[in-house]
Order: sequence, then C-alpha cells, then structure tokens
Amino acid sequence: MSRINLRRLFAVMLKEIYQLRRDRLTYAMIVGIPAMQLLLFGYAINLDVRHLPAALIDQAQSAHSRQLSDELQQSQVFDFRIAGHDPAAVNDLLRRGQVKVALVIPSDFERRVAMGTTPYLQLIVDGTDQVVQQTARQVARFPVVDYLRGDPVTPSASPIEVVSYYNPQRQAPLNTVPGLIGAILTLTLVMFTAIALVRERERGNLEFLITTPLSSAELTVGKVLPFIAIGLAQTTLILLLGHWIFDVPVRGGLFDLYLASLVFIIASLALGILLSTLVASQFQAMQAAILTFLPQLLLSGFMFPFEGMPRPAQWLAELLPLTHFVRLARGIMLRDAALGELWVDFAAMALFAGVAMVVATWRVRMRLD
Amino acid sequence: MTTTSAEHQSEPAIVAQGLTRRFGEFTAVDDLALQVPRGQVYGFLGPNGCGKSTTIRMLCGLLTPSAGTVRVLDLDVPRQARALKARIGYMTQTFSLYRDLSVIENLRFVARLYGFDHHRARQRLDTLIAIYRLAELTGQLAGTLSGGQRQRLALAAAVLNEPELLFLDEPTSAVDPQSRRDFWEALFALADAGTTLLVSTHYMDEAERCHRLAILQRGRLMAEGTPQHLKHTLPGVSLLVECATPRRAQQALVGLETVRSCAQIGASLRVLVSDANAEPAIREHLRAAGIDARVATAEANLEDVFVAATHREGQAS
Repeated sequence: MSRINLRRLFAVMLKEIYQLRRDRLTYAMIVGIPAMQLLLFGYAINLDVRHLPAALIDQAQSAHSRQLSDELQQSQVFDFRIAGHDPAAVNDLLRRGQVKVALVIPSDFERRVAMGTTPYLQLIVDGTDQVVQQTARQVARFPVVDYLRGDPVTPSASPIEVVSYYNPQRQAPLNTVPGLIGAILTLTLVMFTAIALVRERERGNLEFLITTPLSSAELTVGKVLPFIAIGLAQTTLILLLGHWIFDVPVRGGLFDLYLASLVFIIASLALGILLSTLVASQFQAMQAAILTFLPQLLLSGFMFPFEGMPRPAQWLAELLPLTHFVRLARGIMLRDAALGELWVDFAAMALFAGVAMVVATWRVRMRLD
Repeated sequence: MTTTSAEHQSEPAIVAQGLTRRFGEFTAVDDLALQVPRGQVYGFLGPNGCGKSTTIRMLCGLLTPSAGTVRVLDLDVPRQARALKARIGYMTQTFSLYRDLSVIENLRFVARLYGFDHHRARQRLDTLIAIYRLAELTGQLAGTLSGGQRQRLALAAAVLNEPELLFLDEPTSAVDPQSRRDFWEALFALADAGTTLLVSTHYMDEAERCHRLAILQRGRLMAEGTPQHLKHTLPGVSLLVECATPRRAQQALVGLETVRSCAQIGASLRVLVSDANAEPAIREHLRAAGIDARVATAEANLEDVFVAATHREGQAS
C-alpha cells in the first residue's frame, strides 16, 4: 500500500520516544500497572478457598459433633465465627453476609450416625458465590462416617484420586501469571496506542503531518516500534516479579516465550491504532480500549475455564488474541511445550496482528476527506 | 528539484478552474477560478467560513474537490499530491507542531520527515535558527513559547524543505502587532528568494501588503487583482462626512439606496456609495435632514473594496 522510508520511520520513532520520556503518566503506567496487577491478581485470584466465615448450629452438642466441627475448623476451610442452636437464625446470617456457610448438626445426629442413615449433616451455603458452592461440595464428600467410626481415612477410601500435573501444590499464581502477562500487555498497550493517534489529531499535529511526505505506514509502524520495546520490557518485568514473589517457573524455552509475546504485543498495538482511527477523542479511546479489554479478559480462558463457556462464546474467544496467548504462555511456561507444538495458536495470533496492522494503516488516511 | 523550476518560472504556480467543494448540502467552495503567479505574495481575503481554508486544503491535495481541476507547480492535484508534498510548505492556522517536544526536537523531526541526512539537517537548522531568531529557544518546549515565538517556529518548520510554494492559513491570528510586522518581513524575504506565498487573512492591513488578492465570500470569488487595481476599479466612491453628530448623520444616510455602508471612524463617517457622482446628493440629503456636515471624497481603501465586493453578494441573495 504505502511506501516506507527508513529515515521517516526513524523520525516518527524517535519523536515518539522523546514524547514518551516527558510523559510521566505513561511512564508510570508502563511499570506501575504490571506491578500492581501482578500483586492484585497473584494474591486475589485464589480459587483455593480458605477461612470461609461460617456459622455452627450444633443441636446435638455431643462429643462427636464437637469433634467434627473442630476437625473442620482445623482444615482452615471454615472459620466458625458464630455458634447457635436455632437453624432459623441461619437465614438472617446468610442474607446479611455475615457468614457464607452454616453447618447444621441435627439433635438426632448420634442416632443417625449409629443407624447409618443419611444425611447426618446439613451444609447451608451462600449460592451467590460459585466458588464457595464448589468448596462446600468438596467438603461434603468428606467421609464423615468412616472418620467418626475411627476408621483410618486413606486416599484410597475415596473412589477418585485427583492427581494434579504441572501444579501439584495447586498454587493459584502458577495458573494466573502466564495469562496475566497477556492481560497486562493488552490492557496497557492497547490503551497507549489507542490514545496516541487520537491525541495527535486532537492537538492538530496530524494536520501538519499530512502536509509532509510522511506516509500512513511510516506513521503507524513508527508509532508501534517503540511500544514493542516497552511491551517486551513489561513482559520481562512480570516474569521477574512472578519468579521472585510467586516462584512461577519458565519451564519451556525463553526464546519461544518472547517470540509469542512479541507477536501478541504487535497484535495489541495494532488493535490500539485501529481503535484510534475509529474514535473522536482521547476519552472515547480509553472507553474503546476497555471495551476490547473486558471480553478478552473474560473469554480468553485467563479467568474462567474456556471449556466451561457456551459454544458461541468459544468461537468469539478464538478471534481474540489473548485467548491464543494464554494457551501459548501456559503451554510454554508450565508444560514445557515448544512453540512448534502450539503453532496453531501462534499462527492465529500472528494473523490477527497482521490483519489489524494492515487495516489500521489503511484507516490512517493522510488526507482530510 | 528547484533547478528544473526555472524553465517554468513564467507559468503560474497555481491554476484552478471550476474548483468546487461540497460538504453534504453545504457548498464551501463554489466554482472558483484562480491563477497565482510565481514569486508573489498572493492573499486570500474573506470573513471566517468563506472557504479560504477549504480552498487551501484542496490546493495542497489534502481534500478532494467535488468538481474542478487543480494544477499546482505543474502537478495534477490531488492525483499527484504525494509528489507535491515534498515541494510545498504549509503553515496551519493553529500551532500544529508538538508542544511536548523542544524547539530543536521539533525541527529535527521535520528535517527527518523531509529526508534530510544528519549533516544537511544540521546546516539547514542552523540557518533557520538564525533567520527566525530561535537560538535562545532551542531547548525550550514548544508548548511554553509565546505566540510570536511559536509562530516563528511554525514558519521555520514550514519552510524547512525550502518549498517552492508556501501556504499560510491565517498565520497571524494569535500574535501581537509587532510580531505580525516582523512576520510579514520574513514573508517578503521568502518571496524575494523566489518562493510563491499564498496567505489567507481577514486583516485589511495584511491584505494591503499582498501583491495580488482574491476576495472570497461564501466560497465564491468576488474580486481579484492587485490591491491598487482593486481600489481604482472600486465601483462607486468613498465619502468622508464630518459633522458634530455623526450618529445622527449615519441614521439619515443608512436608508438611501446608493449607500452601501456607513462606518463611524472617530468623529467622522466613512460612507461607501455605489454611484460615483452621488456626492452632491448626499450633501443635499444631510442638509434636508438638518445636519450641518462637510462632505469630501476620500481615497478608496481595501476595506471599501471588501465591503463593495461582499455587499453585492449580500444584495443578490
């Protein structure tokens, strides 16, 4: 389409770097957002629930019932803060959000255990939180009868044995950090370039640029290049922080990981440039950036399992670069996969980057009409 | 590229025919015919919204005309707009360089855009910094410059590529009178060096300085020629009415058919009449109205020309 003259390309690149150097806010965002997000996500996204506020309604008041509640308390899953006798109080406690779970031990608990009839116990759960519900269901599988009879509880007593590959300790940051690289990159980079071109238009700079021999390809590529370096620096920062704070490993090839990151960075920057050709102001650019960020965050498999989504959502997710990057990053970092083994995701991401860049360049018209 | 232009010296820098630009229902520029000779300062005079900027943008190839043909520096515009861009300069109405870059960073950026290598850029920048008195300001951010300084920087950037043709869109709208005078000195220096300049303005004193003028109104060419020619061919005559009660005299005259405009200047009235022999009639009319006044013929000025040219349109519509 339009030619690229290296000197002009260099001119735009250098200008962008000079401007960036003076732009304290962007500067702070480059380092601040990754660090903040890593800490937030690393510590907050923890599906391994502990210390759920719980109420204990022990109507049995027997040795066994106390033993049972003590045991559950020690498991650290439940934190029995409120003890009572009246099951009707549970309603209020749940509604006010004072507890998430209530364990009701009926008065005929001993008799039921002795007779071997079920259920012995009732676990009332705040169903508004999916994670709490799942946790409660896991606890419910706890072999109470065996335990109370004094039989040894061995893993083989449970019909299904769960073995976790790659993350045997079930550490949440291990699952989170690889995808988080992508989430942070797309959030910051799309925003940077989405604003960059609109700002140039708002400040009248574009009116001057279009009167010079500068081509749209030189302008867009020149703008993207410095941000590629920034994106790679951010990737490094997240990897280092992830390693130092959460012990997240890179089991696969570092080169593969950076190559995947590079293409993902280009895809995000091109998306940002494309957005900036569609909006009228910096404010709209910010909104548009968030508008593209949310579906990527929610559908990519970073936060919620891809397999759990309905088919149309999965198809949509396949269009988003973050979906592919999350797979690549998890594969390379945790499963020691080679890029070649994951080439489909790599190709999909590269295709997105290429198409977005071409469309963006085509949309950046060096004319007024 | 400047060496080849010598053989074209006699041909006009800009030739436009039937130039028209519509934005939806609105016609911004209407069937404009233009010839701008080389090496001159050519002025576009007209009120805001008369189509000056739109015309300039079409001449640069930034806007596609709805109709009409444009040849600029022997290139077909907008078809050859890209080739044209290297040979023209454009100073925009509002400051369009980077406020968050220093003066020297802005100039270096523009030099690179025009493909200057390091050595050539340095030479050219040194020259420009001297001409436009920017030496003290090189390290300063463009956003912190005063109006006049900013304008000198903008002009330096616009002429960095030594353009054969320089467009200036209301270049002096944000500066003080002294800066304006200096600025025009700089423009004449460029014209002396052979650059063709096209300046749009709504200041009469600036229009007066141009070699040739086009008066635009609602996208149409109302008058064209040298300021002298325009003043000499003014249809009608300008009268100076001096009396003790100029406002009363104004009220008495406004209704007359021959009177085109009536402007109070201090204690006197400047009356533009369409009938060249209307002086006795005006005098009589004032006496009949009981106003004791001295009426004399005044030398026509550009304001008269402008009012006459744009008033005709006002009556027509």
